[in-house]
Amino acid sequence: MTDVSEIPRTDLVLHVNGAGHRIRVDPRTTLLDVLREHLGLTGAKKGCDHGQCGACTVLLDGRRVNSCLALAVAHQDAEILTIEGLADGERLHPVQEAFLERDAYQCGYCTPGQICSAVGMLAEARAEGTELDADEIRERMSGNLCRCGAYVNIVDAIGDVAAGG
Amino acid sequence: MRPLTYERAGDAGAARAALAQHGRGARYLAGGTNLVDLMKLGVEAPTHLVDVRHLPYDRIDDTEDGGLRIGATVTNNALAADARVRESYPVLSQALLAGASGQLRNLATVGGNLLQRTRCAYFQDVTKPCNKRDPGTGCPAREGDHRNLAILGHSEACVATHPSDMAVALVALGATVHVLGDTGEREIAMPGLHRLPGDEPQRDTVLAPGELITAVQLPGLGRLGVRSHYRKVRDRASYAFAVVSIAAAVDVAADGTIADCRIAFGGLAHVPWRAEAAEARLRGAPATEASFAAAAAADAELAAARPLRDNGFKVPLARNLLVRTLVELSEGTEGAAR
Ligand SMILES: Cc1cc2nc3c(=O)[nH]c(=O)nc-3n(C[C@H](O)[C@H](O)[C@H](O)COP(=O)(O)OP(=O)(O)OC[C@H]3O[C@@H](n4cnc5c(N)ncnc54)[C@H](O)[C@@H]3O)c2cc1C
Ligand code: SF4
Ligand code: FES
Ligand code: FES
Repeated sequence: MTDVSEIPRTDLVLHVNGAGHRIRVDPRTTLLDVLREHLGLTGAKKGCDHGQCGACTVLLDGRRVNSCLALAVAHQDAEILTIEGLADGERLHPVQEAFLERDAYQCGYCTPGQICSAVGMLAEARAEGTELDADEIRERMSGNLCRCGAYVNIVDAIGDVAAGG
Repeated sequence: MRPLTYERAGDAGAARAALAQHGRGARYLAGGTNLVDLMKLGVEAPTHLVDVRHLPYDRIDDTEDGGLRIGATVTNNALAADARVRESYPVLSQALLAGASGQLRNLATVGGNLLQRTRCAYFQDVTKPCNKRDPGTGCPAREGDHRNLAILGHSEACVATHPSDMAVALVALGATVHVLGDTGEREIAMPGLHRLPGDEPQRDTVLAPGELITAVQLPGLGRLGVRSHYRKVRDRASYAFAVVSIAAAVDVAADGTIADCRIAFGGLAHVPWRAEAAEARLRGAPATEASFAAAAAADAELAAARPLRDNGFKVPLARNLLVRTLVELSEGTEGAAR
């Protein structure tokens, strides 16, 4: 066993939801664990911890990523946006609104990841100039699993935003 | 758990020096989507990480021969979305988009994708023996779960497959990998980067310790590149590794004969598998289903397949995939079914 006091720790600064945070962690710590355990931001969920479910999805400089496979120490220069930072004060993000409107969840465990992923995905499609139909949305959202099977409403909710509704 | 230190390299020289200085426990870190995963599984236990994501290799540049030079840290999504790639090498864009998920592709890089390790379940489970992870301990996959493993080029020691979709497209396109090592830069023509397992399955590639991938270069292929396509057969419709996949390109001349073609398979071997015998047979032949079927049947390499107990289905699957993909490419209907 390694004595915990011998584990090298690193000081790092992370920019999350517009605020800087200084923390001291083992360099092995993932961004997901930093968010949840050091910063108290428990919106991003730990589903599989292996990149397979998308529950941990956050936005790094606007791009969606799995925070469970990203080492926090490697992303100190990024603007990190989590579900907690998506709303503009009391005003929900359009994707959040659409999920409410369409009832796009049951237990809600996958929802923060679904919403962050959808925000990133919509930006990707916009940048490429790709029109999003239901099939295209399903394919592009395939990195987000929903154990409750709320897919039909999730796709509808994202479709509403894509169509500007 | 062994302690770990981290540093970010500003240039290639510093990256290489840092890796050398920290010895055998040091690893380059790019997107981390494979390495961090393997660290959690206990398969990898590095003592020092050298982050290469900030090296100045994040560009895709035009080359003089009409090709592209793709930096090693370009992300899989950025590469797939590049207009030049989509236009001139659709097979590459399609292969990337067929792999992993949108979130993973935003982290994953070209260099890391090429060097990702096998998805063989025993390799990923440290409670099991595995010659690739722990040389000399044996290969439980040979008699165990190998439905998704190799039918070509495997050895007594290891029957694993290479999991990358991108690499299959790069092999079909005749890409060159640029690496930086102790003796300076060298170029490795695909499929030469990856190696068959032989009796050293722990070595996936021909790279020497510390060699750094800096770029991947695509030759200008004109019409052949434009007429290219990737098709992947998997157990789920999306977000799964290939059971068998094919990257193909066909240029049909005005007289209806095949001017040139490229064929590579994924999911069949420890390396992305270029089907050169089938290509040679097709050049100059009429672009008809009969030619494609004859080439598939006669392909010396597929004919030499040595399936294991539970993966014989991959042989006809690969043949059918070849015929269907080439028929559609020569008819221009390949976009119809994904
Ligand atoms: C759930 C899941 C599903 C996936 N599905 C697919 C799929 O369907 N198809 C597919 O092809 N892939 C798939 N992948 C794998 C994914 O594509 C790879 O993990 C990714 O491409 C690796 O890139 P990276 O930059 O994250 O590499 P890292 O994890 O950072 O590195 C991987 C290896 O490459 C080395 N390395 C990185 N860059 C360099 C360099 N420049 N020079 C030398 N060495 C370097 C590292 O030391 C490490 O050994 C999947 C992964 C997950 C987690
Ligand atoms: S096939 Fe290769 S990777 Fe899988 S258990 Fe055997 S030696 Fe290990
Ligand atoms: S927790 Fe990250 S993908 Fe499942
Ligand atoms: S709503 Fe329960 S997992 Fe998706």
